[in-house]
Amino acid sequence: VIGFDFEYYKPGSIEEAVRTFAHLDAEGRNPFYYGGGTEIITMARMNNVVPGAVIDLKGIPECRALGHGDGRLIIGAGATLAEIHESGLFPLLGRAGGRVADHSVQVKVTLGGNLAGTIVYREASLPLLVADCEAVVAGAGGLRVVPFQDVFGGRLNLPRGDFLVQVNIARESTCLPGFHAKKTRLEKIGYPVLAAVMVRDRQGRYRAAFSGLCSSPFRSVELEAALNDARLEPIRRIDLAIASLPAPVLDDTEASAGYRLFVLRNTLEEALDALGGVA
Amino acid sequence: MLFEMRGPGALELDVNGEKRTVLARPADTLLHVLRSQLGLTGAKPGCENGDCGACTVLIEGWPVKSCLILAVEAVGRQVTTVEGLRDTPIQRAFVQKQAFNCGYCTSGFIIVCHSLATIHPNADQETVDHWLQSNICRCTGYREIGEAVGLVLGTPASEAPGAGAPSPVDGAQESTLC
Repeated sequence: VIGFDFEYYKPGSIEEAVRTFAHLDAEGRNPFYYGGGTEIITMARMNNVVPGAVIDLKGIPECRALGHGDGRLIIGAGATLAEIHESGLFPLLGRAGGRVADHSVQVKVTLGGNLAGTIVYREASLPLLVADCEAVVAGAGGLRVVPFQDVFGGRLNLPRGDFLVQVNIARESTCLPGFHAKKTRLEKIGYPVLAAVMVRDRQGRYRAAFSGLCSSPFRSVELEAALNDARLEPIRRIDLAIASLPAPVLDDTEASAGYRLFVLRNTLEEALDALGGVA
Repeated sequence: MLFEMRGPGALELDVNGEKRTVLARPADTLLHVLRSQLGLTGAKPGCENGDCGACTVLIEGWPVKSCLILAVEAVGRQVTTVEGLRDTPIQRAFVQKQAFNCGYCTSGFIIVCHSLATIHPNADQETVDHWLQSNICRCTGYREIGEAVGLVLGTPASEAPGAGAPSPVDGAQESTLC
């Protein structure tokens, strides 16, 4: 039971959502944009978040999009992880989202919610980070389209009052040979010791993104340069990639830093094998 | 068109094929409203944190943990609780296989299994495992639950979830795309 009250709004258009947020914010009512709502509900139950109002984005048609247009795959921020998985339109994203929490929760969790949530893993970001992906963002100035990595630096990072409407992905990016692995401490369902996504692009170069390894999901230019260094044997590429990590490795109750690095090494070997060896 | 609910008020819900009016706060979960206002106690409060699955109901045929959905979110959508299932194949299979011990998790399991059998009647083992991992049986009666699912899906009991060795901890999964 949530022990405090909040107001509920469900706009039918992007403009209505932005306007409603601005109005409630100006009145000091601490509005939250609301996607699947799983994190807001569980955290509100514990009084860890106390919204004065929630603005449910699932009534906005653009946020519920899931299909192709203009040579790109369009996924609304309000599409659920289960819908993306079932659609088969972006198998790597379906697979990554299919390992977030459990299936019944995936029926509720939205793509936008996973990217914007406070739980640090945000595993649905990994296939987007390695794809040619753009974000469609709504704000007081209207809609703008920006590279996904411009608004996702480990977590969706938008000015107050803005929200993610959609992502769109170059169709060929959704078809690249890909690898996904999620390693957990004990059970299949759990936070990742390591979640990894790797693809091999049309030029044969590897792109890789990781979650659970450092404090937030990342894709690293330096790490990829190491993996793609044609002068080196695979084992040396992996050594160099591990030496190129962009941030300290997590050391917590899920796994020690040393164990995470052990898992990373093995996973990189599996990924290179799965994608056909070195370029 | 902006829908707004600024305080406690009447909501019309479509539950088990009937229009029902409830008085709810915007912050009330569907689980709470189903139990306290409609007397539909088949959905069980367990963890109330989205982990255990005992409160699972169907929303438009899909399994959703009713502790993770606000009652107001269910307006305009078909809600089915275990009370709305009558003599379905999975219910008969649970009886046949005695797939319950204390019974607290049973309604959630039946809802998930019914949805799975409806949406994916030819589900492969990976899909069955994926769906059933949403629910926890603290009596650990997974073997019989797995056999009941196997009976409905037509898979041999030896291949039913929980019938054999525990699933290995997941490792690498290659995606063969397009």
